[in-house]
Order: sequence, then structure tokens, then C-alpha cells
Amino acid sequence: MDGAITDSAGDGVRESRRRLVGDALAIAAYALPVGLVYGLAALQAHFTLLDVVVSCVVVLAGGAQFAAAGMVKDGAPWLAIAGVTLLVNARHLLYSAAIAPYTAERPRQERAFMAQFLTDETFALSLAHFRRIGRFDARGYWLGALVILVPWTLGSAIGYLAGGAVDARRLGLNVAFPAAMAGLSLGMVSGRRDVAAALGAVAVAVPVGLVGGASVGLVAGAVIGPFFGLAVPVSVNDRSGDRETPEPSAAAGLP
Amino acid sequence: MTLGLIPLAILMWGVTYPARALPMLAPGIERLPPQAVAYLRLAGPAALAALAAVNCLLTTDSPPNLALGVGPLAVGICVVIVWRTRLLLVGVGAAVVLVAVARAMGAG
Repeated sequence: MDGAITDSAGDGVRESRRRLVGDALAIAAYALPVGLVYGLAALQAHFTLLDVVVSCVVVLAGGAQFAAAGMVKDGAPWLAIAGVTLLVNARHLLYSAAIAPYTAERPRQERAFMAQFLTDETFALSLAHFRRIGRFDARGYWLGALVILVPWTLGSAIGYLAGGAVDARRLGLNVAFPAAMAGLSLGMVSGRRDVAAALGAVAVAVPVGLVGGASVGLVAGAVIGPFFGLAVPVSVNDRSGDRETPEPSAAAGLP
Repeated sequence: MTLGLIPLAILMWGVTYPARALPMLAPGIERLPPQAVAYLRLAGPAALAALAAVNCLLTTDSPPNLALGVGPLAVGICVVIVWRTRLLLVGVGAAVVLVAVARAMGAG
């Protein structure tokens, strides 16, 4: 009986990992060409190849890196670049808090190391995976981290070295990032509260972004959007009000 | 040898890493009140939707303008495909192809 439950849970984890791999391929497929564009932007801002690679590995935040490349090119002071980076990456606070219940039982050093790789994509892939299986899964998290770290860094280096050989905009590659984020957002929707939060975030982000800039709009949408969801009563089958509660590892059938 | 822009990368890391790490390292995060937990759960779809919106509906000008054209349409088609099939790669691929074809035809 226990074996049957464990087998069933193990099948669920394997199925979720299969879906994670499929979604991860989509992320890797756009991370490489978007990296090419960043490499080109960094070249135009007079970065060295080492600057590009270190930036990708150490900062690992595409939006902030693009903004920084543009600001370096325009001769902006580093303090201003740091301020923009802080604003653009403030959303990671929400990501980390949402992931935290699943990682609470992991060793402190492991959590500290994992946090370095908590990007938009890693968050979206791993949280959806954790929700499907009901617990933390280290393999799932690191897969979600590597599918952005490796192609992003590699693409950036190739883009830097290849110079202007690729016209990403003409090839439509610049739409891959927002399309992937919208698709991943949909993957997290499990009820009308999630839908209200997502639509509310868009309704706030766009007008605020028009007035205060895209970064301000993004943070405003991410912070205020969830209140739209909280204003919606929880329906019978709605799981969006559930606590992020991981199951014991044995019940989830994981090693 | 000069350090070039590496100190800038470290400075950017210094303002990014705390946001990524503090909630994961803070004790008692799992004992938050239910409303706070519900808020954090809703933050995921909200943040990603906002990220998608500002990246496809706003131009990169300063200040930004509303970008209406093939880009938002392609993102919308991606959402429909992912909603119907649950296949992100197919949705993103369709969006990219649509924009590439539109631009090859002189639109967008």
C-alpha cells in the first residue's frame, strides 16, 4: 500500500519534471538569442568580453544588465546604475518570499547559494514545478537555474564576439522574452484570484510605466497586482488562496 | 591589467543579491499570516504578467510610449496557444515566427 502511494507520487514527480524539461527548452531556446542581443549591446557600450561574462554570471539579471549597458554607453554614474538595478530587481524579493516555504528545510548555505540563481525564469519554472509536486525538488530548481545561466552567458559571449552579425529584432527574437513570461504567468494560474492578480498587475504596470518608466511600472504592477487577486472571493476549486505548503519528502516520492 | 567594468558588476550584484536571498534566509517566513501568504502566492503570476506587459506594450524610449502592433498581438497568440496546449515552446515559437514574418513583409 505504502509502496503504491510512493510509486504514484514518484510518477507525479517524474511527470512534473518532464513538463519542466519541456518548458525549460523553451526558456533555453530564447535565452541564447536574447543573450546574443545583450552581447551586442555590451560591445557597443565598450565592455570587454570578461566584463560581459562576469556580468552574466555575477549579476544574472537580464533586464538590469540591458539597462546597465545602455547607461554605461551614455556615461551614467555607477551609483545611478546601481539605483536602477535595485529598482529593476526589487521583484526578486517577492520571488524569494514565494519560494521560501519550499526551501525552509534546506541547509542555510544551500539556500544562500540557490538565491544567487533566482531569476525570473528560474522562479517561474521551479515554483510551478514545486506547486505541481507539492514540495521542494533540488533537481527541478537547478534545472530551472541552468537553462537560463548557461545559454544566457553563452549567447552573450557569442553576441559580443560576433558583433552585429545577428539582427534579433528583424528575426522577431525580441518578442520571445515577453511571450515566455506571459506563458509562464499563465502556467501559474490556478483560479480566478490568480487571473485577477495578473490582469491587475498589467493594468497598473502599463500606465505607471508610461509615466515613470518601464522599471517603475514593473515594480508597481508586481506589488499592487496581488491586491486585485486578494479582493476576489475564493471559489470552491480555487487554489490561489492556498498556503505554499510542501509535503513531507517521502510522500512526494523523492530521493 | 584593469578591472574594467567588473567592479560595476559586483556593485550590481550587491544591490540584487539581498532581494534574492533575504526572504529565503529569514527565519519564520513559513509562519506568515494567511493574508500575507496569499499575497505572496499571487505575486508570482502578477510579477510575470507585469514583466510581460512592460516588455511588449511599452517602447524603449525615455519616457516610454505605448507599443501597439505585431508584438503585443504575438504575445497574445502565445498566451492562447499555451492556454490551449500547455506547450510554452510552441507558443513562444509561434510568437517569434509571427513577428519575423510580419517584419519581413514590412509590418511591425
